[in-house]
Amino acid sequence: MKNRRLLLEHIDVPGIQGIEVYQKQGGYDTLTKALKNFSPDGIVEEVKKSGLRGRGGAGFPTGLKWSFLAKPEGVPRYLVCNADESEPGTFKDRYLMEKIPHILIEGMILSSYALGANTSYIYIRGEFMYILDILEKAIAEAHAKGFLGKNIQGSGFDHEIIVTPGGGAYICGEETALLESLEGKRGNPRIKPPFPAVKGLWGCPTVVNNVESIAAVVPIVREGGDAYANIGIGKSTGTKLISACGNLARPGVYEIELGVSVEEFMYGDDYCQGIANGKKLKACVPGGSSVPILPHFLVTKTANGEDRLMSYESLADGGFASGSMLGSGGFIVFDEDQCIVRNTWNFTRFYAHESCGQCSPCREGTGWMEKILYRLEHGQGNLRDIDLLEEMNKKIEGNTICPLGDAAAWPVAAAIRHFREEFEWHVNHAADAQKRNYGLIQQPVVA
Amino acid sequence: MKVTIDDIEIDVEPGTTILNAARKIGGDVVPPAMCYYSKLPGTGGKCRTCLVEVAAGSTADPRPMPKLVASCSTTVMDGMIVKNKTSQRVHDNRGGVVEFLLANHPLDCPICDQAGECHLQDLGYEHGSEKTRYEEVRRTFDPIDIGNKIKLHMNRCILCYRCVFVANQLTEKRVHGVMNRGEHAEISTYIENAIDNDFSGNMIDVCPVGALTDRTFRFKSRVWFLKPMEAECSCDKCCGKAVLWVFGNEVARITARKDTYGEVEDIDGKTGWLCNDCRFDKKDLTKWTVTGPRVINRHSVISQGKYATSIDKPIKRIG
Ligand SMILES: Cc1cc2nc3c(=O)[nH]c(=O)nc-3n(C[C@H](O)[C@H](O)[C@H](O)COP(=O)(O)O)c2cc1C
Ligand code: SF4
Ligand code: SF4
Ligand code: FES
Repeated sequence: MKNRRLLLEHIDVPGIQGIEVYQKQGGYDTLTKALKNFSPDGIVEEVKKSGLRGRGGAGFPTGLKWSFLAKPEGVPRYLVCNADESEPGTFKDRYLMEKIPHILIEGMILSSYALGANTSYIYIRGEFMYILDILEKAIAEAHAKGFLGKNIQGSGFDHEIIVTPGGGAYICGEETALLESLEGKRGNPRIKPPFPAVKGLWGCPTVVNNVESIAAVVPIVREGGDAYANIGIGKSTGTKLISACGNLARPGVYEIELGVSVEEFMYGDDYCQGIANGKKLKACVPGGSSVPILPHFLVTKTANGEDRLMSYESLADGGFASGSMLGSGGFIVFDEDQCIVRNTWNFTRFYAHESCGQCSPCREGTGWMEKILYRLEHGQGNLRDIDLLEEMNKKIEGNTICPLGDAAAWPVAAAIRHFREEFEWHVNHAADAQKRNYGLIQQPVVA
Repeated sequence: MKVTIDDIEIDVEPGTTILNAARKIGGDVVPPAMCYYSKLPGTGGKCRTCLVEVAAGSTADPRPMPKLVASCSTTVMDGMIVKNKTSQRVHDNRGGVVEFLLANHPLDCPICDQAGECHLQDLGYEHGSEKTRYEEVRRTFDPIDIGNKIKLHMNRCILCYRCVFVANQLTEKRVHGVMNRGEHAEISTYIENAIDNDFSGNMIDVCPVGALTDRTFRFKSRVWFLKPMEAECSCDKCCGKAVLWVFGNEVARITARKDTYGEVEDIDGKTGWLCNDCRFDKKDLTKWTVTGPRVINRHSVISQGKYATSIDKPIKRIG
């Protein structure tokens, strides 16, 4: 399959960070044209037609989300860009903002025009302070060229973008926690309903979208919603940024056309070029740390033997029994030397650390799971711990305020489902488990 | 709007939550609520003990809801069918929630002032298991003083946030709240400051467990040895209508008047919060007019059959 790049097309052009070069490559033309030729609703229509699905993880259709936005008289509306990217394994938004910030700014202005928002916010992860500088510089450049401020390009549309850094909490990536944080409060997710589309930032209707979703509005409006929908496969339209990491020969951020096969993505010359150091594939987490892990035999093929594709549907094929999710596009690969128990403990440690602590199942459950997994990994576990973990997962999943609870439960459930014997090995070979990691110890020792 | 809870149908106003609809029915169809507090707008949704199953969303859309929902923060729809005690799923998951709430709880009931009127104890009796499966080291915090009248035992806290809402709504905003995240989250005042507000004592009354206790009553007596009496005084700060917990002629402690759900009752159309003067500084029967015994109508140790004798006439100025 030929690889089309819509977001990263000009990524290699020197100086693309600056507005001059960006404009030479056609940047801001889409905005200028759209302000003349499209009504706000017209843009919403194009985004609906494009079939764009939210790139933040949940994959909710963006056009539909936009059409839910309440529009009461005399109340401002807001667009908030979720740039809190903190999911382990996911680093695509960072790359986009760092390398080609203007596509996000252009997307923000276009989307805000469509939604009727005169102020928009970029809520950026606290650890990305250097990107905050890059974005503010881009905003200043856009201002100087008349793409921001009052009466943009004579259209009568006013717009300002404000960049706000977070304090370094993963939970502030959850959209309602993000809004709380943006309002200057503790980043606790809100109880929904009301949804942000009705009552968001400062009680006003708000749309929260991922960086990549907003950037994708630029090619959608440029090429037209129908043309965008023709790219990709089925309901997985367009292109997607995938941040590939782990034991790959060539890890990095790739823009793929949705529907490329996992086989090609992992082993193809245009992409990751296989497992590093000639090792064998053991497992893969295809969509960021929150999605279920897949054992090697379910990575490139589904349970019924079909090719697995990089798409929302194909990655989820088989449900939780034998599938996973595209999630945020954090593609993490494990070779034969890796220890699944260690990795599961590591992920759980992250969720236990990042839980906001508001609801009991997540607050207590994540901490409890972390302690059990720590013991298992360090050769201090017993077999009933494994059953307890399984049962605890069921008590957390679906019973919490926000999806962080699910995100913490799923990886543990999947690891036990597919790698139970490895957990049992840690119990039955306690002395070995204390010494070395499982993956390495299973290899014959080469003198 | 008509809603059916555990096969009992009831008519409620639009906008009513499932929990409040169940409270209208009363009895054991009412889900336990550890964080929701009707007198404190904004509370609820956190503890997850009130989870119920929605077997049919509404007449218009009778599909069941896939997840259990928090009954305290889900509003009813016309024709909704809810299962609480009739649902095995609710039973199992509520058991899970209770297990989580107890995981790090010190279970120091024998030395806890709240024992006997503790909502977590009641919940534990009803939904807990006999034995804990938690074999890890429990998290611990040092007790701290929140001003000279209130003691905070963070080890016992279930992070229901009720006291935070009291602090936000009755006292200066954001002097008292939650620090840190996840398992390490803890209630605290701004750098262990005192909360010196005339109404801060109400945080003790809303705390469902023994995390916030009255320093003027600590270790004085077990609550079930005390006689609760309704009493009034004239106070220009609060309603002046309280419950005196008496031992002989001594007033051991003073609380607001609470209903079946442990919530402070309305008095003359307003929530009967007490000011700190009435709560802490009037422990003397001569300062009150006792109007009669207080029936404690809660399914808890504290209401175990001790208040059968009623005093017919209000007694003026005992002692
Ligand atoms: C715990 C948690 C963390 C999240 N972190 C992020 C994040 O870092 N970036 C992001 O775009 N979405 C994140 N999300 C998803 C957002 O809540 C929200 O769905 C998303 O920003 C919507 O944008 P989209 O529709 O464009 O995907 C997170 C969700 C949860 C539950
Ligand atoms: S699920 Fe976890 S992170 Fe989400 S609101 Fe509950 S405690 Fe906070
Ligand atoms: S101290 Fe009491 S009222 Fe405050 S959050 Fe903890 S349990 Fe709730
Ligand atoms: S009472 Fe409903 S979640 Fe706590």
